[in-house]
Amino acid sequence: MQKEENKIQAVIQINDLKKSFGTNEVLRNFNLQLNEGENIVVLGKSGSGKSVLIKCIIGLIKPDSGSIKVFGEEVTDLSHDNLDKMRVKVGFLFQSNALYDSMTVRENLEFPLRRHWVQKGKENVNDLIIEALKNVGLAETIDMMPSELSGGMRKRIALARTLILKPKIILYDEPTSGLDPITGKEISRLMLDIQKKYNTSSIIISHDMNCVKITANRIILLIDGTCYASGTYDELKKSSDSKIKQFFD
Amino acid sequence: MKSTILKDFLSETGDLTRFTMSFFREAFRPRYEFSEFLKQCYVIGNKTLPLVGITGFIMGLVITIQSHPSLKAFGAESWLPSVVSVSLVREIIPVITALICAGKIGSSIGAELGSMKVTEQIDAMEVSGTNPFKYLVVTRVFAATLILPILVVLSDAISLYGAYLGINLKQVVSFDLFTNQIFEKLTFSDVLPSIIKSYFFGFCIGIIGCFKGFYTINGTQGVGRSANSAVVTATFVVFIIDLMAAQIADIFQIT
Repeated sequence: MQKEENKIQAVIQINDLKKSFGTNEVLRNFNLQLNEGENIVVLGKSGSGKSVLIKCIIGLIKPDSGSIKVFGEEVTDLSHDNLDKMRVKVGFLFQSNALYDSMTVRENLEFPLRRHWVQKGKENVNDLIIEALKNVGLAETIDMMPSELSGGMRKRIALARTLILKPKIILYDEPTSGLDPITGKEISRLMLDIQKKYNTSSIIISHDMNCVKITANRIILLIDGTCYASGTYDELKKSSDSKIKQFFD
Repeated sequence: MKSTILKDFLSETGDLTRFTMSFFREAFRPRYEFSEFLKQCYVIGNKTLPLVGITGFIMGLVITIQSHPSLKAFGAESWLPSVVSVSLVREIIPVITALICAGKIGSSIGAELGSMKVTEQIDAMEVSGTNPFKYLVVTRVFAATLILPILVVLSDAISLYGAYLGINLKQVVSFDLFTNQIFEKLTFSDVLPSIIKSYFFGFCIGIIGCFKGFYTINGTQGVGRSANSAVVTATFVVFIIDLMAAQIADIFQIT
């Protein structure tokens, strides 16, 4: 009974995930379960495979072996079309924001909706764009180019673009990197607000302990390609293990 | 050392071949990115036309001025329009236009796609349900393939006008007489091979620019390297195609 309940709640289930680049084994038998409405932060040193992990989940990188189930569907077995359908439900915020330089903010937000033009209608699309921009507090930037925006604003626009398809899961790749501590905290709070408003589940890759403290329901420590420890912020902070302590000192 | 260079060359050629095969696989499968294709046609044509036009005009003028004394020495001054027009239309203008496009279009595509690659914009496109290969590569390669012959034809016309002005610097020749003399010698078999090879020039410039950009590594430094490499490779390939076109024309006696 308990097992069945877990199965229903899990939106992402990763089992024995392995990924190597040449001789460098980045992920070794990695396991993770993301439950509905939960925010998991994955902590780890640079190059420990955190970004690789979420890129495997979204299907940008193919794992060597193991299983990744998103809403019960095995990602590695999905056809290109089904992968696209799955990606509507899973948003991805890139570390570099990945806003299209040659497009205005409006066009950037329109882009993920291109495939849904017919179903949604042009007026509806405009409403969706304005709603997404209002969610991040930047409705006035709609006709601006990304180059005219500050780092924090670009991050918010990238978040708005991620939200426009109303995903059920959001994968954040270092959402506060390159931002000052105040803007970093604003972005972290915004992520939390979005999670509450849309009831999303998230996997957040971060080094920023302020962001971790604000957003994490559960933290996973990725060391040597495996899940070294797992727990809440307070639980891990109290740990006497030196490998865990180095992240909290 | 030598074996490493050979290995790198063969590896690069293999990757480019695979990339070209992917182009043909993706190009004819829906969904078609028609609006992006039209945008790229406009961007490529609009960016290159002024440069190609000016170069064509100068080439027409210079070739005429330089050919004049030699033909005069042989008493064949009246042949000047036909000799110049055949060399311009058959060889000089298609190759010069292709070289300008290799520099202008090849570097621009290589740098644009390269910077999109290193800033994860290509990944973002894929994540948002758009096939980046179709959207970025197929549209640009088709646009380059279609636009280059058009640029060549326009540049041919401008260069012939340059030649007309060049002739009139030394003697008075009416425009009617000049055009009559051109079309007396300039035949369909002169124009057709030059247009056909221009399609190949355009295709190669587009595919090489996209290939170099799409596989950019090492951040911003890599973007510069991709743009540079796209120009060098495309220039080299233009000459190879030109050589092959000359051989094929010779075999089929289109001379």
